[in-house]
Amino acid sequence: MSPQDREIAVAIIRSFDARPEMLIQLLHGFVDKFGFVSNDAVRLIADELNVSRADVHGVVSYYHDFRTEIPGRHVVKICQAEACQAMGSRKLTEHAEQRLGVELHQDSEAISLEPVYCLGNCACAPAVMIDGKTWGRVTSDRFDALIASEMDA
Amino acid sequence: MTVRVYVPRETTAASVGAEAVALEIARVAKRRGDIVRLVRNGSWGASWLEPMVEVEFDDQRIAYGNVDVEDVDSLFDAGFLAGGEHQKRLGPTAEIPYLRNQDRWTFFRCGLAESLSLEDFRSRGGFAGIEAAFAAGSDEVVDRVTESGLRGRGGAGFPTGIKWRTVAKTEASQKYVACNADEGDSGTFSDRMLMEGDPFGLIEGMLIAGFAVGASKGYIYLRSEYPMTQRILDKAIAMARDAGWLGNNIRESGFDFEIDVHLGAGSYVCGEETAMLESLEGKRGIVRSKPPLPAISGLFGAPTVVNNVVTLASVANILRLGPDRYAGLGVGRSLGTLAFQLSGNVKRGGLVEKAFGLTLRQLIDDFGGGTATGRPVAAVQVGGPLGAYLSEAQLDTPLDYEAFADIGALIGHGGIVVFDDSVDMAEQAQFAMEFCAIESCGKCTPCRIGSQRGSELISKIRSGENGADHEALLLELCDTMEHASLCAMGGMTPYPVRSALQHFPQHFRPRAEGKT
Ligand SMILES: Cc1cc2nc3c(=O)[nH]c(=O)nc-3n(C[C@H](O)[C@H](O)[C@H](O)COP(=O)(O)O)c2cc1C
Ligand code: SF4
Ligand code: FES
Repeated sequence: MSPQDREIAVAIIRSFDARPEMLIQLLHGFVDKFGFVSNDAVRLIADELNVSRADVHGVVSYYHDFRTEIPGRHVVKICQAEACQAMGSRKLTEHAEQRLGVELHQDSEAISLEPVYCLGNCACAPAVMIDGKTWGRVTSDRFDALIASEMDA
Repeated sequence: MTVRVYVPRETTAASVGAEAVALEIARVAKRRGDIVRLVRNGSWGASWLEPMVEVEFDDQRIAYGNVDVEDVDSLFDAGFLAGGEHQKRLGPTAEIPYLRNQDRWTFFRCGLAESLSLEDFRSRGGFAGIEAAFAAGSDEVVDRVTESGLRGRGGAGFPTGIKWRTVAKTEASQKYVACNADEGDSGTFSDRMLMEGDPFGLIEGMLIAGFAVGASKGYIYLRSEYPMTQRILDKAIAMARDAGWLGNNIRESGFDFEIDVHLGAGSYVCGEETAMLESLEGKRGIVRSKPPLPAISGLFGAPTVVNNVVTLASVANILRLGPDRYAGLGVGRSLGTLAFQLSGNVKRGGLVEKAFGLTLRQLIDDFGGGTATGRPVAAVQVGGPLGAYLSEAQLDTPLDYEAFADIGALIGHGGIVVFDDSVDMAEQAQFAMEFCAIESCGKCTPCRIGSQRGSELISKIRSGENGADHEALLLELCDTMEHASLCAMGGMTPYPVRSALQHFPQHFRPRAEGKT
């Protein structure tokens, strides 16, 4: 972690008053800022919160949101849950894997492709989330169009 | 004269282009010199019509459905600001059958009101519930909630009044209200729609709960998959605080209450109330053994009311209009209304708030208009990923907690996911096991390991390996999971699996043997 990043990281932790019960909230802060939670981050958080590294690691590894590796420049999540399955999310996922050249759960430099289990957009299935924005009625063609427009942005 | 134009600021509407439509309307209005006030409401819940734009004049609202950015110019040309004819025109909002035929109780402001206007909220009955609560006193509030017959809308259907009574009676210097906004069930979005469309309604419900049980602090545990909801809630809480509806000595009542929003982190089981409490404490979301009940020893060991978003929001109107009005709706021990959510392969997906007692078929056919693909309905999953798959023959079951329990199914949070006859039910059963394996908190072996074994067994059955033997093993495994799991994650994953096997045995034979 560069000194600069370290400063940002400490600021994130302190913005939650370094309270251990805010661990999950501040980990979100790390993912928002850095895209992932590094080993250095785990060490720093443990020190600042005055808890063991194992405790922090335990929480990081428990929750799907907290990745420990650098993500691609864009994070694409495709809903894999039932309402989207009923509207072809399995086919859409295959299409996305081909179009993006990465498999579900994998990262390229440009893209991380992740599963998500319901975006609450079930009435306009299938649903995807691109860099934190939710999209609905995503056919293969619409997927390609969204990728083109959202990745430029 | 300023014309009010409504464009929902809501996840589903935005997911199909509402934000771009709002921008375009503002841009075109400006170019043409029309004076328009853009109002950001919630969604009415007719998701299939989104983006749905309304114009308001002479006290009526005219709706235009499925509006694209490309339609905006022609809408102006057609004089839509005066309700002009256009191929996207639906007519008066109040007369859209999908909306007109509902029993809007908890969601009555959703779509109608500007989401982030306290003035609009107040003028439509907002905060009348908490004022009635202040006037009645805490004991009386608990009595009224009990009399209304309201049961928890998060899934388990536990009577809300009884839960509140327990927390109220437990002596403690600190108590909490924890609002469960984890909404993890596939096919559900009612919590989200309420929080986005009527955020002050939830705040009011939490205030009432806090006042009734003597809690001064509330948390909203919001799933991280809802970033737009988070922004709206944060804003609403800040506005309520500025207006003196949160903080100390609220409206001179002597009652103090604060609300914080905490995000989940992508774990389904954290919707289970004790796992949610662990997560709120910043820990891994491992389910706690009960007793003690959260009502006695919950968040940080303090007595805690855990209620779902819709449960809490319902309370405000129960206090405002009286418990009898609420209890007058519904059937048997399923009183009041439920916000059903139609999704999956259905033509008209969305939110339908109805009194309990109508049948699934009425919901799917009359409201939903059948499947989106036009093919026959084959299976319907009700109540999320732990809910049974129902066959076409079971669609006449009335929607009531007991009637569903009788057929080994659950209503849960009211999610209804429709599948047409192209579905492979063995694949769905396998998914149920896989999902349990992914989301298990790991505390008990039948859930953690059993779900993996279950997925393997179904895979073998599907490939035709000793089908009958493996099927017998699978059923045995389901029994073990059902009886030896601590919570419903492991305990109810057998429901979708067994129901799929029972109603669609032909799907569990290898393809060569001819699957329909
Ligand atoms: C695996 C699992 C997941 C659950 N997910 C949710 C959820 O996302 N939202 C919710 O309100 N209740 C959920 N529940 C039910 C809660 O445990 C609890 O019953 C509910 O929040 C109580 O509030 P209510 O009485 O107002 O329904 C879940 C239960 C289980 C076993
Ligand atoms: S049944 Fe599963 S999710 Fe529930 S406590 Fe046991 S291991 Fe955890
Ligand atoms: S199931 Fe995909 S958005 Fe809900």
